[in-house]
Amino acid sequence: MTGAEHTGFDHDTWEIVIGLEVHTELATRTKLFCSAVNEFGGEPNTHIDPLTLGLPGSLPVLNEQAVELAIRVGVALNCTVQRCTFARKNYFYPDQPTNYQISQFDLPINAEGWLELPSGKVVGIERAHLEEDTGKSTHVGGGGRIHDAQYSLVDLNRAGVPLLEIVGKPDLRSAEDAKAYVAELRSILVAVGASDGKMEEGSLRVDCNVSVRRRGEPAFGTRCEIKNINSLRAMGRAIEYEAARQVDLITSGERVVQQTRHWNDAEGRTTTLRSKEDADDYRYFPEPDLVVLDPGEEWVERVRAALPMLPAARRHRLAESTGSGLEQAALIVERGLDDLCLSTIELGADPARVLTHAEHNMSDERSLDVAPARFAELVSMEVDGKLTATQTKAVLAEMIDTGDAPADIAARNGFEAMDSGALESVVDGLIAEHPDEWQRFCDGDGKVTGFFVGKVMKATQGKADGKAVTALLNARKA
Amino acid sequence: MSAGSTPMRSATAIAAGVRSGDLSAVEVLDEHLARVALRESEIHAFNHLNEQAARDAAADIDRRVAAGEDPGPLAGVPLAVKDNLCTEGVPTTCSSKILEGWLPPYTATVVSRLAAAGAISVGKTNLDEFAMGSSTENSAFGPTRNPHDVTRVPGGSSGGSAAAVAAGFAPLALGSDTGGSIRQPASLCGVVGVKPTYGTVSRLGLVAFGSSLDQVGPFSSTVADAALTLEVMGGHDPGDSTSLPQPFPSVSVHLDDGVAGLRVGIVSEMMGEGIASDVAARVRAAADALVAAGATVEEVSVPAVNYGLSAYYLVAPAEASSNLARFDGVRYGLRVDAPTTGEMMEATRTAGFGDEVKRRIMLGTYALSAGYYDAFYGKALKVRTLIRNDFDAAYATFDVLLSPTSPTTAFTFGDKTADPLQMYLNDVCTIPTNLAGHPAMSVPFGVGSDKMPVGVQILAPALGEVAMFRTAAVLEAAMASAASNEGSAS
Repeated sequence: MTGAEHTGFDHDTWEIVIGLEVHTELATRTKLFCSAVNEFGGEPNTHIDPLTLGLPGSLPVLNEQAVELAIRVGVALNCTVQRCTFARKNYFYPDQPTNYQISQFDLPINAEGWLELPSGKVVGIERAHLEEDTGKSTHVGGGGRIHDAQYSLVDLNRAGVPLLEIVGKPDLRSAEDAKAYVAELRSILVAVGASDGKMEEGSLRVDCNVSVRRRGEPAFGTRCEIKNINSLRAMGRAIEYEAARQVDLITSGERVVQQTRHWNDAEGRTTTLRSKEDADDYRYFPEPDLVVLDPGEEWVERVRAALPMLPAARRHRLAESTGSGLEQAALIVERGLDDLCLSTIELGADPARVLTHAEHNMSDERSLDVAPARFAELVSMEVDGKLTATQTKAVLAEMIDTGDAPADIAARNGFEAMDSGALESVVDGLIAEHPDEWQRFCDGDGKVTGFFVGKVMKATQGKADGKAVTALLNARKA
Repeated sequence: MSAGSTPMRSATAIAAGVRSGDLSAVEVLDEHLARVALRESEIHAFNHLNEQAARDAAADIDRRVAAGEDPGPLAGVPLAVKDNLCTEGVPTTCSSKILEGWLPPYTATVVSRLAAAGAISVGKTNLDEFAMGSSTENSAFGPTRNPHDVTRVPGGSSGGSAAAVAAGFAPLALGSDTGGSIRQPASLCGVVGVKPTYGTVSRLGLVAFGSSLDQVGPFSSTVADAALTLEVMGGHDPGDSTSLPQPFPSVSVHLDDGVAGLRVGIVSEMMGEGIASDVAARVRAAADALVAAGATVEEVSVPAVNYGLSAYYLVAPAEASSNLARFDGVRYGLRVDAPTTGEMMEATRTAGFGDEVKRRIMLGTYALSAGYYDAFYGKALKVRTLIRNDFDAAYATFDVLLSPTSPTTAFTFGDKTADPLQMYLNDVCTIPTNLAGHPAMSVPFGVGSDKMPVGVQILAPALGEVAMFRTAAVLEAAMASAASNEGSAS
């Protein structure tokens, strides 16, 4: 969806190049450099201590749990976890209590990794480094921005919360790619316990670097960074808007200027925040209050050994043991149903039916509690023709609801498979009742199939198997 | 010293007397407060006096002794604290208008450790604003005067602490040393001053100037007092990430070890141009005293120290420009209102900081700027490594090094304020130590041609405090015996 003033995007001529910077808040008990609590929300300025306030004489002490979580993410993203240093990024802003942010600059804790999308595409990770979050400002009056506000309120509860900034390489080529990347990253972060992944609470924040180039062009175009993206949907829209804007500029003979742009979700467009020329000079220098951090091989290996199976590996496991496609496996893994599916299949259930149910009929979170034995029993009832597809679906829904055995549920609902003779007589009766429709069916009008199936279902109170009806109609025609 | 009717006692003597019950902590405090009452108006050592709190603490010490408790190794010792060390509920100004009225909600580790050992904090001492200066003339609250001659500066930046000890206001004082701010005023005021190895003393609660250089240290009238103070307040602090894991080296037990066989090097780069001849003569006299006590003394070249001043005036201001960014009027201290947040910050900083602080913030901001980093800050870091290497080479042959602490004796007010570079040159002998992270101390060793005190600087490698203090103790003893010889001759 692009904004009204841009003409759309010709994907045959142009290619979008996207690199994402994802900030994730680490799920630690306390802040990155002090013992103030790390918790979302709270009365303003209650999760604070001398360091959070930037009081004179306060000093930072690195939170070991934050390092542990950073290493987990680094290992999960196939990064080199390395000896690293902290640096100060200097800029004045009222919600940055010391007016510098402690971050990592030339030596990040995690360098050079990659992750695999459900499509099989591999996306490079440049670095994933530790830094502290800022507080929150509320600008009151004027346009709601700092420069024209009547006054500003500062809440430092978030100041000093540990962040991991994950810088992806410009390997993404579409808004869909970008969404898949963020979704994959989020599921990895959640899997390793590094973050709750809540985009709406700001636990996950995404900045997009977008450029365009003509297909076949080897060099990247000039990029713009888009900020203020609050959902995956907003990110997709922002990327497509921005790409179209850049193509319009180029095709009308203008140049793309490197700048930071602000996504306005309500208006569906990006506007200039600042250009490269007025970008802050952050005057990075080594943080003298902290020492070199060298996690060491032992720590990294301990983390690696304790890491849970990650989404990509789970997708491959499911696809390989069921013969399914990676995309179907991705959806099931995302729902966390892969273990249930595999156990069910191990009990002898038909893999294709198991995956189909997991994909289409088990979006309810309580599906995770379904017992593999009961799931297997249900699938075998279906495969054996004891239940129609529709009945199976109904029984599954009730199983998820009540946890009861499928046979009991089927009996409760009076579900029993029709014998084929009864079905045949219903179908023959309907053909006789509706000669015009039958003629159209015989003339090859496929739309009439639904008419007959519907009539059969009505006559049998849904006990008939739709596929069997279709097969019977075709047999009668021939 | 004419002030006060009672003789000045060392911290060690006071603590011994109080612990044994021979001295009352309250009476000891009153002796010192009497000297304060007599001379503070002309000296201006303090920004703030806590007389009542000190009396209460002293009374408590006496009660504890009477109850058979041991209040600790510094029982009843009055302590003056530099006003850039945070003290809970007591004003901490850094001698700057920008912090006037701020009350810290916590106490610096060093101060609480000394208090826990029985020391009694009598007040907060004057300094050059944010410890930037060498004369205390940069204080927003007016300069401190040298107790030996009130027309002269006490040195700086810890001038108030040096003067407090020299005037007998307290036997112990705390300072901070980023480029010589303990040693230079100690030298000019004729007291002992120590800058310990970087990381041996906690910086938690010290308002930062140049974080990679800052170290807290003591002023005292005796070498033994300084040793004891460091042993009490030094050692690992989990609240300071740059704090070393081990306790402070045990120096007190080695004070009587002498210097027989010790190899002493005189730093030739610190004896030539810019060093007053009467000061250099005192260093040579100190070398002679060490030889007489059995040490070997030779000249040694440490070439990279020539670049110390230049490197320091990039590193320290760079760190300061960042450390002082927090003083913006948003959360505490001075706020000068203005229509926008940015203008408020600018107005606050313009009104709140003095000229020298502004000068260094600008220097540091420039040194870190994009396109200049490699030429300035980056190069200064390389010089730091070079200085450390050259010192290491010297320490391969020598146990300690000797130099003047300050190029001259105390100068008069206004003498160097017009030319910042002349003021900066005061620290030419002390700065290399901070860049290397090494320990160094100044010991009084007689007077110059103007009869003003001269300090000799003893430098040592990292954690080389034992050899440094042994040397200091020998020089102190040599001066004492010279004085008693003079006394018996006259």
